[in-house]
Amino acid sequence: MKPVVIIGAGPAGIRAAQTLVAHGIRPVLLDEAAHGGGQIYRRQPANFKRSPVKLYGFEARKASALHQTIDSLREQLDYRPETLVWNAEDGALDTLQQGRAARLEYSRVIGATGATDRILPVPGWTLPGVYSLGAAQIALKFQGCAIGERVVFAGSGPLLYLVAYQYARAGAKVMAVLDSSPFGAQARALPGLLSQPATLAKGIYYRGWLTAHGIPVHQGASLTAVNGEQRVQSVSWSNGKGQQPLVCDAVAFAHGLRSETQLADLLGCEFSWSPLNRAWLPQRDSAGRSSVAQVYLAGDGAGIMGADAAEMAGERAALALLEDQGYMIPAQRPAQLEQALERIGDFRQGLERAFAFPEDWATGVADHLIVCRCEEIRAGEIRAVVREGHWEINRVKAHCRVGMGRCQGRMCGTAAAEIIACESRRAISDIGRLRAQAPIKPLPFGLETEA
Amino acid sequence: MIEVDAVIIGGGIVGASAALFLGKAGRRVALLERDFCGSHSSGVNYGGVRRQGRPLSQLPLSQRAHEIWSQLPQLIGIDGEYQRSGHLKLARSLNDLRALQEYADSSQGFGLDLQVLDRNALRARFPWVGEVAVGASFCPDDGHANPRLVSPAFARAARLQGAQVHEQCAVTAVDHDGQRFRVRTQTGLELRASWLLNCAGAWAGSLAAQFGEPVPMHSGHPAMLVTEPLPLVMDASTGVEGGGIYARQVARGNCVLGGGQGFALDDARARPGQSAVLDILRQAVALYPFLEGAQAIRTWSGTEGYLPDRQPVIGHSRTQPGLLHAFGFAGAGFQIGPAVGQALTEIICSGASTASLDAFSITRFHSISVA
Ligand SMILES: Cc1cc2nc3c(=O)[nH]c(=O)nc-3n(C[C@H](O)[C@H](O)[C@H](O)COP(=O)(O)OP(=O)(O)OC[C@H]3O[C@@H](n4cnc5c(N)ncnc54)[C@H](O)[C@@H]3O)c2cc1C
Ligand SMILES: Cc1cc2nc3c(=O)[nH]c(=O)nc-3n(C[C@H](O)[C@H](O)[C@H](O)COP(=O)(O)OP(=O)(O)OC[C@H]3O[C@@H](n4cnc5c(N)ncnc54)[C@H](O)[C@@H]3O)c2cc1C
Repeated sequence: MKPVVIIGAGPAGIRAAQTLVAHGIRPVLLDEAAHGGGQIYRRQPANFKRSPVKLYGFEARKASALHQTIDSLREQLDYRPETLVWNAEDGALDTLQQGRAARLEYSRVIGATGATDRILPVPGWTLPGVYSLGAAQIALKFQGCAIGERVVFAGSGPLLYLVAYQYARAGAKVMAVLDSSPFGAQARALPGLLSQPATLAKGIYYRGWLTAHGIPVHQGASLTAVNGEQRVQSVSWSNGKGQQPLVCDAVAFAHGLRSETQLADLLGCEFSWSPLNRAWLPQRDSAGRSSVAQVYLAGDGAGIMGADAAEMAGERAALALLEDQGYMIPAQRPAQLEQALERIGDFRQGLERAFAFPEDWATGVADHLIVCRCEEIRAGEIRAVVREGHWEINRVKAHCRVGMGRCQGRMCGTAAAEIIACESRRAISDIGRLRAQAPIKPLPFGLETEA
Repeated sequence: MIEVDAVIIGGGIVGASAALFLGKAGRRVALLERDFCGSHSSGVNYGGVRRQGRPLSQLPLSQRAHEIWSQLPQLIGIDGEYQRSGHLKLARSLNDLRALQEYADSSQGFGLDLQVLDRNALRARFPWVGEVAVGASFCPDDGHANPRLVSPAFARAARLQGAQVHEQCAVTAVDHDGQRFRVRTQTGLELRASWLLNCAGAWAGSLAAQFGEPVPMHSGHPAMLVTEPLPLVMDASTGVEGGGIYARQVARGNCVLGGGQGFALDDARARPGQSAVLDILRQAVALYPFLEGAQAIRTWSGTEGYLPDRQPVIGHSRTQPGLLHAFGFAGAGFQIGPAVGQALTEIICSGASTASLDAFSITRFHSISVA
């Protein structure tokens, strides 16, 4: 019999696996990472011995619980770490594990592929010493090293304060936190945020802690340039009162997160525009069923909701799968989960107001700004293609190669879309969606395949 | 209601070049494209601009295309990354090498200047070719170009030449009132013209069938992939006798490879398919050893029309005066496309194409006369 397959061993994937196991199913759990936990609860290498509290702070208990879950399920799961799913086709997933390509047929599949940083480039962002917020956190959590000694944190979103806090706690000198969202927006967002008082309290705590420790936190402050010859030497930022220089040796920045949706696309899922996420997302019902009968979606990969929601959505999607497969499931549980998810949804609306995406970002972008790092495409080249009459994003990609490089637009797709929409005077939702193309990550020549 | 001399269905390289040449000849044309011009086969192909290996019957047309390609910047305003790198067709066995020699002999006089290289000559001249090749045939003036840029630029040039170019404008109904064609589009346009050009690529069969001349065309989906930029190594575009993996390297350093078939996602979209992609990744290294350790970053495919004899249909309809067909290029229409547009223009403007189109008549599928 073909197995049930889960892609992604983050909070969503692990809870989905646990739920399936509890009903007597032995799923295959595929994950690109070496250890289960996903992005937020990423595990340190075996030779590191930091305590969970030190690594995960407030989230230590949840992190440990999730790690214990996957460890205790080891025997009941077919868990395959370090396995990239690079393609989906014809009822099967194509995987790459240590240079070996294989094909895995599934009866049903749960996509729990998570998220990565949403990047809006600034001049100088390709200099050594510039990281995304997530990458800065990974360096700390996973490798146990800071990205620099004097670090500036910039952008917006909850990770901004969290990672700045984690760096300061780890002993790095945080030169400043530059939050692009204005203070007023955050005050207005408060009602929505009150639906998750604990999470809100954490956010307030991080910021309070930073201020109390003398770390400058600027609101309505945008990073305008990263300066340096060989690597980062300083940044410039502005808050409407002119440019300010700031000396540093590393920068971490991002504007929230973006869902990893390529697999859903290759699996054939229908997409629709999500104004809240300002992105095209695979459609799913409140239980996590996609538009394709055997495909379920959970966690940040189908829309940014955070780790707690990911756990619940993973469980909910697994219950939907079980139900569709004819299993008896606990009667009350689906409704409980959906209600909880709805509450977090309200919170997420509040967050989006508090950490508003800078919708006018593209208007201020200089033509010489490199937007696509892989292909070295500048904003002016994208604009020139638009001025020739092109406005559909795949079409613009075909003409100037933006998003054609090894990251396949993961890094530059957001920025390219903003520039195209702005230059063509269309709504961001009216310029089409970058189509996913296999492989999701690069594939080596000379790989081995199954006999 | 729009009145023109010719309505062209399909904004690929064939339809767009017909629009360009008709515009240059002073004809009023409307080019109707369901999607974006040059976004299907013409914009996603491998980019091989080669004459070598074509059936002899195509060589006169292909040779004319060769001349058009040399005028590309004057014609379409960009160089389209076109380069005459030469095209190297590799033989993996002595039998294959013999076949290459025979082709070189029989194609003499068409201007290809083929040079057949034995193992030593091949090694000396193209040291990056793998040991599996025992020889090759080299066509010095063939080359390659960037289809993503070239094909849309033909439509752009046609527009600048005065052609009406309507994108996202699918043709939904066609009839002939005894005098002229009446063409309707999904967007609500109605056009009239005495000439109708069926340049709808893999989708051209339905119009032919509507006019009582169905063709046995099927769609194919060549699999393509591209590597990250690599040091410049390949100084020729390559192919393999008897089929297999073909490869070229662009000025930026990326290598583009093709081989095998993908599958249709729906009527208009295709994917390269995992098995063809894996085959390329496994087998390319024997032919191109420098690819060892390189990575493929992207794959794609397209939708191309194939007739059983792998020859296109070009020329007059058998049933409907004023209707011209040009489709079914069997994976090789990018190079020849501009000459096809020119030939259609000659039919309209001077009654006949200067290059013979006899081998491409649609009548070859309807040998038993219905009348
Ligand atoms: C770098 C980073 C750091 C973050 N840190 C925090 C934090 O500190 N606090 C917080 O509240 N939120 C954080 N987040 C937000 C976080 O994404 C979510 O809250 C949570 O991790 C979502 O869980 P998930 O299960 O949906 O996805 P994830 O935890 O992202 O897990 C997805 C898993 O799927 C795997 N995967 C994806 N695609 C493939 C594929 N094609 N083949 C195989 N495996 C694949 C990934 O490797 C990953 O292990 C962070 C996000 C990022 C990107
Ligand atoms: C992957 C691949 C690799 C290839 N490699 C090479 C190569 O290396 N060298 C080479 O010479 N050739 C190559 N070819 C073949 C070459 O690309 C084609 O033969 C050539 O582009 C055909 O041009 P066309 O204009 O006839 O078709 P297309 O480019 O397919 O154009 C037909 C157009 O008609 C439109 N259309 C269809 N129906 C309607 C309608 N009802 N209303 C309006 N518009 C409509 C379509 O949207 C389409 O844009 C390759 C093809 C593919 C798919």
